[in-house]
Amino acid sequence: MTFLSSLLNSVPGAVSQGIIWGIMGIGVYITFRIMDIADLTVDGSFATGGAVCVMLIRAGVSPWIAIVCAMAAGALAGLMTALLHTKCNIPAILSGILTQLSLYSINLRIMGGRANQPVSVDKFNLLVSQRYVRELSLKNPLPLIILMTAALIMFLYWFFGTERGCAMRATGDNPTMAKAQGINVKNNMIIALMCSNALVALSGALLAQYQGASDINMGRGAIVIGLAAVIIGEVFFSKVFKNFALKLLAVSIGAVVYYLVLQITLQLGLNTNDLKLISAMIVAVFLAVPYWKKLATRKKGVKNA
Amino acid sequence: MLELKNICKTFNPGTVNEKVAIKNLSLTLSDGDFVTVIGSNGAGKSTMLNLISGALTVDSGSIIANGKDITHLPDYKRASILGRVFQDPMMGTSANMLIEENLALANRRGQRRGLRWGITEVEREFFKKSLKKLNLGLENRLDTKVGLLSGGQRQAVTLLMAVLRKPELLLLDEHTAALDPKTAAKVLAITEEIVQENNLTTLMVTHNMKDAIEHGNRLIMMDGGRIVVDISGEEKKNLTVPYLIELFNGASGNTEANDAMLLSK
Repeated sequence: MTFLSSLLNSVPGAVSQGIIWGIMGIGVYITFRIMDIADLTVDGSFATGGAVCVMLIRAGVSPWIAIVCAMAAGALAGLMTALLHTKCNIPAILSGILTQLSLYSINLRIMGGRANQPVSVDKFNLLVSQRYVRELSLKNPLPLIILMTAALIMFLYWFFGTERGCAMRATGDNPTMAKAQGINVKNNMIIALMCSNALVALSGALLAQYQGASDINMGRGAIVIGLAAVIIGEVFFSKVFKNFALKLLAVSIGAVVYYLVLQITLQLGLNTNDLKLISAMIVAVFLAVPYWKKLATRKKGVKNA
Repeated sequence: MLELKNICKTFNPGTVNEKVAIKNLSLTLSDGDFVTVIGSNGAGKSTMLNLISGALTVDSGSIIANGKDITHLPDYKRASILGRVFQDPMMGTSANMLIEENLALANRRGQRRGLRWGITEVEREFFKKSLKKLNLGLENRLDTKVGLLSGGQRQAVTLLMAVLRKPELLLLDEHTAALDPKTAAKVLAITEEIVQENNLTTLMVTHNMKDAIEHGNRLIMMDGGRIVVDISGEEKKNLTVPYLIELFNGASGNTEANDAMLLSK
C-alpha cells in the first residue's frame, strides 16, 4: 500500500519531467528522424540551455527572456556542429562529439567556473518549479509546459509543411534527389541542427528552473533519453499516429512513459547509479527490435517458399 | 544549348587506382537535340552526365549552358536548368514522402523555397492531370508514399518530376536499365512522349543499342573517355545494330567480341 501511494505521489513529478524532456525529444526527432543523422551535440547544448537560463535569471533577467537567450545559445551550438559537418566535411556524429566536448568548457565558463549554480524559486520568479508540481494552483508547472509543447508541435507542423520544411524533409530522406531538385542540402542541414539544438536548450532551460539549479552534468546521456522518447513513442503509436503533428506528440508521450517507467523501477528499489546503464539498454533493445523483426519475417518467408 | 569544351576528369589521380574517365571531351548540343549515348562499361558515359549535372566537378575544361559558364556552379544551382533521372529508381524520389509532395518539390525546382505552404490545391489538380498522362493509375494515389510504388512507377514519377518545370536539358542516365524489359519499354515510351511533347534537349545514356538507334536524332558512342562516333540526321535514321557494332570496333580499335556483345544485348 505504501508502495502504491508513494508511486502515485511521484506520478506528477515524473509526468512533468517527461514533458520537459519531451521537448528535447522533439529536437532529437528533427535530427534523428527527419534529417537522418545522430546529433550528439545535445548532451552539451542541453546543459548550455540550463546554464544560460540560470545565470541570466540570477542576474535579474526575466525568465522568459532567459529561455529565449538559452534557445539562441543552443542554436549557436547547433551551428557549430553544422559548420564542422558541412564546411569541414567531418562526419555528423564526430562533429557533434567535438561540439559536445567543447561545450563542457564553455558551459563551465557560463556558470562562472562552477559545476553547479542554484536558482531558488524563493528568490526568483521562475516559470516552472517542481515544488508546486502536486499543487492545484496556477503555480503548477504542468499547464505551462503542456501549452508550450502544444505550441511547439503546432509550429513545427506548420514549418515542415512549408516549401522550406518540405525541402528539409527531402534533404533528410534522399539528398541526391534533393540536390537534383535544386535544394541546398548543406543549408538545410545547418538550419535543422540549429532548430534542433535550440529546442534541446529550451528543454534544458526549463529543467534547470524546474529542479532549481543548472548542473554541468545535467545533459550527460541526454541523447539517449531523447532517442528513448522518439523510439518509445514510435513503438506505441506508429500504427495509430500517421499525421506529422501526432508523431511529434508521440515523442512527448514517449518521454513521459520513459519517466513513468523509470519512477516505477526506482520505487521497486533500483539503485539510481544503474539508471544510465538501464536507459542505454532499453534504447539499444528498441533500436534492435525492428531489425530482428525483419530478420524473423525473412526467415519465415524462406520457410514458406 | 550546351557546350562541353575539352573537359577532363581523372579519378584517384596519383594513386595506383588512377583512372582517366574523361579525356579532352568536347560536345555541343543544339536546342531540341535528343542524343542517345552508348559505350561499354567504363567508357565515361555516366561520368560525363555527372560532370554536366555537377555531381562531379571537372579537372579542366569548361561547361557552357546557354552561353553561361556553369563549370564551377554547385549541383543544386545547376538543377534550375537540368532535369535528371537516375539509373537507380530509388535515387530520384523521396521514398518517405507522398507522391504529391515529391511532385510539389519538383515543381519548385530553381525557385526560392520560402514559408508558403508546400503544396497548393491548384497544384494538386495539375499533378493529377500530369500523372494521368503516364497511364499508370497514379492520378488517384497522390497521397501514397512513393516508397510503396514499384521501380517502374517510381522511375515514371521521377521522369515527370524532371520535366514538371520544363528543363533546358534533360539528363537520363540509363534510367531503364534497372527495370524489367516490359516496364523498361513502357518507361521508354513515356520518355519519348514527354521529350517530343515538350521538345526537350535530351541526353540519354543507354546500354541498349536498339533503343539508342530507335530514339533521338543523334547518337554518340563513347570509348575510353572520348567520343568516338557522332552520328545525326539521315545517317542516324538508317543506322542498324550490326553497322553500329562495326563502327564501334573500327572507332575504338577494339575487336574483342566482349564489348560488342555487351553493347548489343
